[in-house]
Amino acid sequence: MNSMRYSILIALLFILVACLFAGSLLIGPAAIGLNASIAALFHGEGEMVTLVMREVRLPRAILGALVGGALGLSGAALQGLLRNPLAEPGLIGTSSAAALGAVITIQTGLSAAFALALPLAALAGALISVGLILLLAGPRGTILTLILAGIGLSALATAFTSLVLNLSPNPFAASEIMFWMMGSLADRSMLHVQLALPFMVLGAAIMARAGGGLKALTLGEDAATSMGVNVTRLRILLVVATASLVGAATAVAGAIGFVGLIVPHLLRRAVGANPTRLLWASALGGAAVILAADIAVRIIAPDRDLKLGVLTALVGAPFFLNLILRTRRETA
Amino acid sequence: MLGFVRRSKRIIAGLALVAGLALPAAADQPQRVVSINLCTDLLAMQLAAPGQLVSVSNLAADPHSSVMAEEAAAYRANYGLAEEVFLLKPDLVLAGEYTARATTSLLERLGVPVVKFAPATSLDDIPAHLERMGAALGREAEAQAMIEAFNADRAALAPTGDELRPLAAMYYANGYSTGLNTLSGKVLDAAGFRNVAAEAGLLRGGNLPLEVLIMAAPDMVIRGNRYPGQSRSEDILDHPALARLGASPAAPILADRDWICGTPRILEVVSRLTEARSALEKIR
Repeated sequence: MNSMRYSILIALLFILVACLFAGSLLIGPAAIGLNASIAALFHGEGEMVTLVMREVRLPRAILGALVGGALGLSGAALQGLLRNPLAEPGLIGTSSAAALGAVITIQTGLSAAFALALPLAALAGALISVGLILLLAGPRGTILTLILAGIGLSALATAFTSLVLNLSPNPFAASEIMFWMMGSLADRSMLHVQLALPFMVLGAAIMARAGGGLKALTLGEDAATSMGVNVTRLRILLVVATASLVGAATAVAGAIGFVGLIVPHLLRRAVGANPTRLLWASALGGAAVILAADIAVRIIAPDRDLKLGVLTALVGAPFFLNLILRTRRETA
Repeated sequence: MLGFVRRSKRIIAGLALVAGLALPAAADQPQRVVSINLCTDLLAMQLAAPGQLVSVSNLAADPHSSVMAEEAAAYRANYGLAEEVFLLKPDLVLAGEYTARATTSLLERLGVPVVKFAPATSLDDIPAHLERMGAALGREAEAQAMIEAFNADRAALAPTGDELRPLAAMYYANGYSTGLNTLSGKVLDAAGFRNVAAEAGLLRGGNLPLEVLIMAAPDMVIRGNRYPGQSRSEDILDHPALARLGASPAAPILADRDWICGTPRILEVVSRLTEARSALEKIR
C-alpha cells in the first residue's frame, strides 16, 4: 500500500466533506439564494440572512462534520482495539451510556449550573461502558460475546434513560427519548459547538498519539509487546479517546448508530487494512456520512425533525446483517 | 383592561346568588356533575351552581396547565378513569371530544350521560360552548349572562382598525407555533397582530423552523413559559439567534395555560397582547 494512494484517498474524502459542508450550509427551510447566503456568511450582508447563516446553519454544519468525524474515528479505533469487525459505539452501548450520562446531568439541573457537566457526564458514561465491555467480553472476546455484552449494556442504558426522562417534571422530557436514541442536529447553536469541540480535539489528539500502536496490535498482543508497544497503556489511551469523542458527540447530538460501523468497513480496503490510516480516513468518511444524512433529513421531511439515526440505521442495519453473514461464512 | 373580566365575574356571582335564592335547583338539573377534561373543568367551575360540580380533572389544579388552579383545589380531583368516575355516582359527565374515548364510551354503556365538548378554535366558539354548558348544567340564565358579558368585553377590546398591525410570532418548545385556525392564532389576530406562522402557511399548530422565523423578521416574539426540570425541547428558546430577534421589551411571556382553553378568561390574554401592541407602536 503506497502512501500516494492514501494521500489521494484522503484528498478525495476531504473534497467530499467540503462539498457536503457547503451543501449543509445552503440547504434549509428558509429559501435563501446562493449569492445572498455567501454574502451573508462571509461579509455579514443582510441582518436576518446573516443571523440564519451564522447562527443557525453554520453551527449545524460544523456539528455535523464534528459528530460524524468523531463517530467514524471512534468506530475505527474500537474495531482495532477490540480486534473485532462488528465493534461500533452504537452497537456496543457506548452511545447509549453517553446519552444516559447526558440525560442525568440535564434532568438533575447540573448542566444548567455548569455547562461543561453535560459533555463530561456523557464522557463518563461512555468511559464506564467501554470499561464494562472490556471486562465482559475481554480483549480477546469473540464477536458473539462482544455483541451480546453490547446489547445488554445498550438495553440497560436505554432503559435508565427512559426512566429518568419519564420521571422528569418537564412535560417535554418524555418525548425526548427519541432524540437520545436516534440523534438529531436540529436547532443546535454555537453553544453546542463550544461544548463539544474541546473534548473532540482532546480525543482526536490522543488518537493521533496512540493510533500508531494499533497497527502493532493487529499482529496480536504478544507480537505488539515484543515490538516495544505498551499494550495496557495503548488500550487505556484508546478507551479514553473513544469515550471523549463519543461522549462529546452524543451530548450534543444524541446517539447516532451505525456510522462507526459502515465507514471503516467501506474504507478498509482502500487504506490497505492499515488501522492507523483507517482512523483518519474514517474520521473524514464519518463526517461525510453525517453531513449527507443531515442534508437528507432536511429534504425528506423539512418540518418533522426526522432523526439522523433513522437514516443511518436504515442504511447501516442491512449492512450490519450482511457483515454477520460474511463473518459466519469466514469462521465456518 | 382586566376590569372587564372582573366586572363580568361580579355580574355572574350576583346572578348566581339571586338564582340560588330565588328557586331551588330545577328538577332536570344534574346534581352530581363530574368533569374529566381540563377545558370542561374550567367552564363548569365558572357556571355550575354551588355543590353541583363534584369533581374536576387533576389538571385543573395544576398551575402549569390551568388558569383556575386555586379554585380547582376546592374540588375533588379525578384522573379521568372510568372506574373512579363511575364510583363518584355522577348523573352527568363532562368530557372533551378527543380525550379518552374508551372512558367515555364505557361510561355511556354504564348508563351515565356524557356531554362532550370539542376544543375551541376561535373566540366565536366560546359563547357557543357557554350556551351548551349552561344547557347541560341547567344553568341557562347564568350562561346567557356570561355570554352577554363576554360579548361586551370582546367588543370593547376589538381593534379600531387604525393599528399598524405589527408582525408577531408565538414560539414554543421544539419550535412549535400556531397559525390562524387555532384559538391562540385568533387571539393574536384579535389583539391586532399579524402572525408569522400564518404567513408562513401554517394553518393550525406545527413546527416553524427557526430560520423561517428569523427571515420573517418579526416585531415581537411571544415565548412560552418554562416548565420545571430541563428539556432539550426548550433549548431552542435559549438559542442565541432567537435572543437577537424581536428583542422587544414589550414582548410578554404567555404560558401554555393562558390559551389552552376557550373560556371568557381568554380575553385577559387579548387585553395583555393589545397592551403589548400599543407599547410596540409607541416605540416605533
